[in-house]
Amino acid sequence: MRPRQPGRRSVMAGGRRSRALLVIALLFTCVSGALAEDDTGEALFKACATCHEIGEGAKHKVGPHLDGIVGRTAGTIDGFRFSEAMRKAGEKGLRWDAAALNAYLQKPREYIPGNRMSYRGMADAAQRGQLIEWLLARSAASPSQDVTRQVANLSGPSRSFADEVLKLEGDRELGEYLAGDCVTCHQQSGRADGIPSIVGVPRDYFVNAIFAYKTNVRNNEVMKLRVGNLTNEEIAALAAYFESLEPD
Amino acid sequence: MRNFNRRQFGLLLGASAMALSMPAYLRAQTKPRVVIIGGGAGGATAARYIAKDSEGAIDVTLIDASDQFTTCFFSNLYLGGFRTIESITHDWSRLEANNGIKKITGMAKAIDPSAKMVTMADGSTVPYDRLIVSPGIDIKYDSVPGYSAEAAEIAPHAWKAGPQTILLKSKLDALTDGQNIVMVAPPNPYRCPPGPYERISMMAHVLKSKGFTNSKIFVLDPKDKFSKQGLFAEGWENHYPGMVEWMGPDVHGGIKSVDVAAGKVETDLDTFEGALLNIIPAQQAGQIALDAGLADDKGFCPIDPASMRSAKDEAIFVIGDASIAGDMPKSGFSANSQAKIAAMNIRGDLTGAKVFPAKYSNTCWSLIATDDNVKVGGAYEPKDGKITAVSNFVSQTGEDAAMRKANFEESLGWYAGITSDMFG
Repeated sequence: MRPRQPGRRSVMAGGRRSRALLVIALLFTCVSGALAEDDTGEALFKACATCHEIGEGAKHKVGPHLDGIVGRTAGTIDGFRFSEAMRKAGEKGLRWDAAALNAYLQKPREYIPGNRMSYRGMADAAQRGQLIEWLLARSAASPSQDVTRQVANLSGPSRSFADEVLKLEGDRELGEYLAGDCVTCHQQSGRADGIPSIVGVPRDYFVNAIFAYKTNVRNNEVMKLRVGNLTNEEIAALAAYFESLEPD
Repeated sequence: MRNFNRRQFGLLLGASAMALSMPAYLRAQTKPRVVIIGGGAGGATAARYIAKDSEGAIDVTLIDASDQFTTCFFSNLYLGGFRTIESITHDWSRLEANNGIKKITGMAKAIDPSAKMVTMADGSTVPYDRLIVSPGIDIKYDSVPGYSAEAAEIAPHAWKAGPQTILLKSKLDALTDGQNIVMVAPPNPYRCPPGPYERISMMAHVLKSKGFTNSKIFVLDPKDKFSKQGLFAEGWENHYPGMVEWMGPDVHGGIKSVDVAAGKVETDLDTFEGALLNIIPAQQAGQIALDAGLADDKGFCPIDPASMRSAKDEAIFVIGDASIAGDMPKSGFSANSQAKIAAMNIRGDLTGAKVFPAKYSNTCWSLIATDDNVKVGGAYEPKDGKITAVSNFVSQTGEDAAMRKANFEESLGWYAGITSDMFG
């Protein structure tokens, strides 16, 4: 679920319609519970969960894990490659208390220009409050640095394909060439301005994401087109290349 | 890779230290020279990739007549009030500072393929080992009877971004309710296939947002169909009912002449009058490519689909709108993709770098109204002697508002991405 967007009537109407359809679809798959209360912190976190894990055993994905986020200094957690903008914010003393999270979540790109988080912001102050309260409660759990379990939670129809690719050693030179196709949109510097950064993304996450597009679990048409003709060797090469990069 | 590159760089440092002990005339020839004509999506990308990936082993010179570059892509969003002109205007200073590229601001006038030399308008010469020709398009003014470069100061084509785009915007903003626009759309092949139709959408958006719904936009098209036609037709009906009237040749019967002073376009069917005329004529490769004998009789340049190497000259590559790129549309995205293939092949020629099989791609986003964006894309490979589409997608009619809005946000991300891929 996306957080509610402010906007013109027609956009809202379209949004409600699609939400209604989604609810119907999910009723059939017996997981309607989470949607009944749209504004709970847990429901709102679904927008974050594409990139962030939280709770026991949480690991870095596209974004850093959020265990212990409240009180953490920005851009400092081990094992995650932050953007220069985020590291600098931390060096200047930014700590993630409720006020800082509130300002950041409202307009991430204005609060820390050049950071890598690909999220446009949550306009509704009440929703932000719900989400931050939920994060506060959850982030009391002890941080997990368990990268060996990185793959274990991933599941879905692409899992076995991805496992085959992860056995291959990627050819970085081939990956660098093929990446030319990616960096027209996913910036090489690691900046994200509306399209997620894939610089420094862990290899297993990268490979699973590619198969999620190949198997229509993720449905962005541009991405489906780009990955549709990639061979296993090419996916392994790209994963090896992007994992080795660091944001500027 | 970073470590590997540093080692490689160390080797190069050793080589250049040796070079410094040699006489100047020998030293001047130690590095192979690549010269690039045109600093747009093709030329700037090629310059950056050759310089970046050769790590200083190749001398890269970029020639462009201007010291600034306004992108044609997103210039319709400027017309619609979604972007400022400053936000779509760039320069090459980061390529000079960070990649060691030499930028020459001046008009390249001629290519001498036998001497491997570019002659500038001021008479100076620039020698090359490999040349990339990326001049974009030239406007064939005489393809529309009555139209000319002078007439474009009254009825802008605005098909090269910059002063023409600003002129069109000022004329659009000056319209009053009930005044009409007449667009003459271009025949195939032309730069940016969905571009005229996105432009119509943006002009209608400006009129509608001022409440000028008595104004109409007449589109006189020499083609009987166009890119994303169903999507645009649906969008115009939804957002601008009754404001856009598109006519193909079976309706207007042919464009006979334009009179820009009188604001009239005469067709077989009728004479259309507009307070604003936007005339987009037929196009051909930039003049320098034609003069150098790189084009065919239709005015565009045949290339080897595996490398973007000119079919007419082994040492020259033609990329972007000037090339005949098979199934690929003439777009900034295509030019950027072709530039990377040309850059890799040139490094293969000059430094023995590994050359992988060519793969090309394109995506074009078009904005129809606020948060209503549609897209089309393709993946391409050399096949059957041309660049051939291996897969495609296009947005569907009737998609929900959330998807169209996501497309728009994606297009903003793409703009930031491709301009940083071009200009560093």
